Amino acid sequence: MKYIDEFRDGEVAKNLALSIGAAVEPGRSYSFMEFCGGHTHAISRYGLSDLLPPAIRMVHGPGCPVCVLPIGRVDMAIDLALNHGVILCTYGDTLRIPASDGLSLMKAKARGGDIRMVYSTIDALQIARDNPAREVVFFAIGFETTTPPTAVAIQQAETEGLGNFSVLCCHVLTPSAISNILESPEVRQWGTVPLDGFIGPAHVSTVIGSRPYEFFAEEYRKPVVIAGFEPLDVMQAILMLVRQVNEGRAEVENEFSRAVSRDGNLKAQDRVAEVFELRREFEWRGLSVVPYSALMIRQKYAAFDAERRFSLDYHSVPDNKACDCGAILRGVKKPQDCKLFGTVCTPENPIGSCMVSSEGACAAHYSYGRHKDMH
Amino acid sequence: MAEIKRGYVRPLDLKQGRVDLTHGSGGRSMVQLISELFAKHLGNEYLGQGNDGAVLPAPTIDGRVGRLVMSTDCHVVSPLFFPGGDIGCLSVHGTVNDVAVMGATPLYLAAGFILEEGFPLTDLARIVESMARAAREAGVPVVTGDTKVVERGKGDGVFITTTGVGVLPDGIELGGGRARPGDAVIISGCLGDHGVAIMSKRENLSFDAPIESDTAALNGLIAAMLATGADLRCLRDPTRGGLAATLNEIAGQSGVGMMLHEKAIPVKPVVAAACEFLGLDPLYVANEGKLIAICASADAGRLLAAMRAHPLGREAALIGEVLADDHHFVQLTTAFGGRRIVDWLAGDQLPRIC
Repeated sequence: MKYIDEFRDGEVAKNLALSIGAAVEPGRSYSFMEFCGGHTHAISRYGLSDLLPPAIRMVHGPGCPVCVLPIGRVDMAIDLALNHGVILCTYGDTLRIPASDGLSLMKAKARGGDIRMVYSTIDALQIARDNPAREVVFFAIGFETTTPPTAVAIQQAETEGLGNFSVLCCHVLTPSAISNILESPEVRQWGTVPLDGFIGPAHVSTVIGSRPYEFFAEEYRKPVVIAGFEPLDVMQAILMLVRQVNEGRAEVENEFSRAVSRDGNLKAQDRVAEVFELRREFEWRGLSVVPYSALMIRQKYAAFDAERRFSLDYHSVPDNKACDCGAILRGVKKPQDCKLFGTVCTPENPIGSCMVSSEGACAAHYSYGRHKDMH
Repeated sequence: MAEIKRGYVRPLDLKQGRVDLTHGSGGRSMVQLISELFAKHLGNEYLGQGNDGAVLPAPTIDGRVGRLVMSTDCHVVSPLFFPGGDIGCLSVHGTVNDVAVMGATPLYLAAGFILEEGFPLTDLARIVESMARAAREAGVPVVTGDTKVVERGKGDGVFITTTGVGVLPDGIELGGGRARPGDAVIISGCLGDHGVAIMSKRENLSFDAPIESDTAALNGLIAAMLATGADLRCLRDPTRGGLAATLNEIAGQSGVGMMLHEKAIPVKPVVAAACEFLGLDPLYVANEGKLIAICASADAGRLLAAMRAHPLGREAALIGEVLADDHHFVQLTTAFGGRRIVDWLAGDQLPRIC
């Protein structure tokens, strides 16, 4: 595959690994958080940690849209499907997130909910066109990558007069999550989570650009290297981070320059600004309630807002007490530190959200790396 | 006075007609459907007798009575017609392969149809013809069958269940529990063609990919493999769940681990590309005309040579080896140079495939 294989070349990886090994200063350790689940997945899927020197520790961040979605939000989607008779369209990964009463969207489907997996908002719109007599709700989750398509879908629905289409908006914002982690006592006061730098998001940054991270680099003195999701991207970013740390720099560098510019995709940003506004607060799994960290649909498009249309209220639901997803999402714990990991919580029967998506830290470690805990 | 034709029945309307409830009710319509469609295409000396069951000779191989191997498989594929095949030939290949991978010579098939009211007879005829062709090519006749019709909305067009019977000569013992550390792991060709071909035609997901399902009967290839006399431990066709599920199954049954080498695993570029943009892993995608062979490593060379000499095994490759491992992990050295597990699939990678 052209443009893909080049970024998965084992020989180049070996050379990069040698460079990283040579760059690491003796006696020094480096902790980097890869914010995105896409990076977490690449690290596990390609066995990247086998190529890194032991002095480098990768901390998995909260950038997995499925993982940070709180139970209460999934409950709202299930309520729509089971009690309001809507056709609920959702991205595949959300189907298995554990919700209240032992339910998930998948189980709600088995109970008769009309829940359909879609690959894009275009499919959801088509379902609305094909079923004019039914209410069709798109369960919109994700960071800035998936937000523009939702905005376009809402505008498209308005243009077409698709009165039976609405959106349950759960879009969240990357910079707010990063600030939340940097402000957390574990990082700021106690130092229990050593963080020497970030691998910045790939796809998110194609939309928002590299500029928003400049604040973190300056204010918190943390280097950020924006990197693509291919394994060589991740390794190159690690090398760049090690060099920044060694040289005492804290800058935003862009490894993913083939797709990310400083300003990002202005057209997409405009669409998002037209349709959405900041939510005053939003509960994240793991980070709890974070002010101004998510989006809601503007009054102008209220007709397409499923929360208003079906008078839905959000009810916060605590996670399973033994589940450490919260601490794992903040980088405080590793998946294998959780008592439930691999015992009662497995990809087949996830208790916490990090075990659901293949981008989740727990699922990635369970599916790709648990042999390392046993040998 | 006009002469009344005795027993006059208008022939099945294979152009405009549709399945209705009378086709399953036990009356003349049912008999007509069976005789004008099923018996016409699938007909053979056993089916033609029209009895409730087929009376078959005792299975012999090389003049000696052999052991019976029996397998059954339900087919619920969507869409019913896909590039490279349809539910008809798939239902023959699937069961023939399940019998053949036991080392047996497949002899007979039974077929059960569940038809949904309203299903076009022209589509049903296409399916039955395709089934008949596949059975003929595999040399395995359909000797008995059954048809039921369910009300509209209670089926999905056509479901087909096939059961196969084969005969296994003495001395051949294949099974998932027989893999031993040191054994070679071989695949007969490229992975994921069937799954990707199906997905390329799914509702809401159609994309243009020049890819056809690999659906095929493997009994010929398997006969050629057995003829080498190689010390085969296990054959299995990696259908649902793909290579990953099948190897995990074998690792568990044999109480061993495996180490695969990503670079050695054949995947067509178009399949790899489709998987890439759909977010799938070809190791988990279904195949319908491939087999995995576990054999003593000393025999791997000649087994591979025999496989590559057969049209269905041209791209056969040695992809890994069996290890001693109490955890029964299937591991992979990535093309990137790292190592990871190839785990069971959690839930569904694809909604419904075969």
